[in-house]
Amino acid sequence: MNLIELFLSSILNQNIALVFILGMCPLIAISTNVKNAKGMGLAVILVVTVTAVINWPIYQLLLATGTEKIALLVFIITIAAVVQLLEIFMEKYIPSMYNAFGIFLPLITVNCVVLAVSLFFVNREYTFGETFSFSVGSGIGWALAIILVAGLREKMAKISDLPKGLRGKAIVFIVLGILALAFVGFTGIIR
Amino acid sequence: MKLIRLRYTKWFNILKDGLHRNNPIVVAVLGICSALAVTNRVDNAIAMGLGVTFVVMASSAVVSLIRNYIPSKMRMVTYMVIISAFVIAVQLFLEAFFYDISQALGAYVGLIITNCIVMGRAEAFAAKNPVRYTLVDGFASGMGYTLILLIVAVIRETLATGTILGYQVLPASWPNWVVMSMAPGGFFVLGLLIWGIREWSKLYEEN
Repeated sequence: MNLIELFLSSILNQNIALVFILGMCPLIAISTNVKNAKGMGLAVILVVTVTAVINWPIYQLLLATGTEKIALLVFIITIAAVVQLLEIFMEKYIPSMYNAFGIFLPLITVNCVVLAVSLFFVNREYTFGETFSFSVGSGIGWALAIILVAGLREKMAKISDLPKGLRGKAIVFIVLGILALAFVGFTGIIR
Repeated sequence: MKLIRLRYTKWFNILKDGLHRNNPIVVAVLGICSALAVTNRVDNAIAMGLGVTFVVMASSAVVSLIRNYIPSKMRMVTYMVIISAFVIAVQLFLEAFFYDISQALGAYVGLIITNCIVMGRAEAFAAKNPVRYTLVDGFASGMGYTLILLIVAVIRETLATGTILGYQVLPASWPNWVVMSMAPGGFFVLGLLIWGIREWSKLYEEN
């Protein structure tokens, strides 16, 4: 499959948040306003790409030594270490970016999108190039989803009068369902 | 008489909290990813629910056993390593005995690690309580999770294909609602279910 097509499909019709339903906990918790959603989205794009690029060669090493069963454990440790290192690095060299990300960077360790991208390239046997374009696309797709939901929730909080039981998280699922329908609709454009 | 006294024991309250008052999905809204992604078929939902129950119980028990020896700064990493060991065990078990289900679940079995329920119970309960209570707590949280998974899966599979566990339950003329087996169907069913349960139990969310 060509790389541009893979990149576009991982943003739209194979969107990791709306079609594969991953990273829901942070998506629901942090989508109450657009500003925070943008911060979280950018942090996810960065971490997903960096960890996938690091995990790919590590997985080839595990395959070569026949220890691929513990890949899960190794991935989790790499992700935790990468997040920690990014935090230290940014605090020292790019403090403006570090302040912009704030609390979101450490929170990413528990975001399942990051681990899922690493597990997907294993399951689908991607090459390095495919892994790269899939991980960037997935990061952007997740960011797009959280920003869309946050925008809708911000408007909804001001104008809509919901039944009591639907307030808060229940209505977010309905919104997500409608968005997901729209994203599934892109299937005709890209394979 | 004995039954009335049972209601006031710690055992009973922990069990009730996990299943009903603190249900991880409906009230706390945790562990949604797997709840939606694997519930397009009932057998997948059962496998996932039991897998999570096992991992919660086993990892909580181990965390509780060594809780006095874990330095508090290192505790998250320690939990992660313990949990991932049990998840790998579940993955290998499914591959060996239920190959079809393990193929259908794919990467989602590995993602039990990042299921907030497991980490949440280790941090909130197992780190402070003796082993015998953590086992009950893990079982209750796991079963509360499995219960919701089953309800969602039954609704989705019935509407999508007219079957439950492969047995025909609706008349063959049923027009299959294909959207129910895809992601949007999962979102709608869970959203409406949470709404229904909140109206029924009067557990509203301040917003």
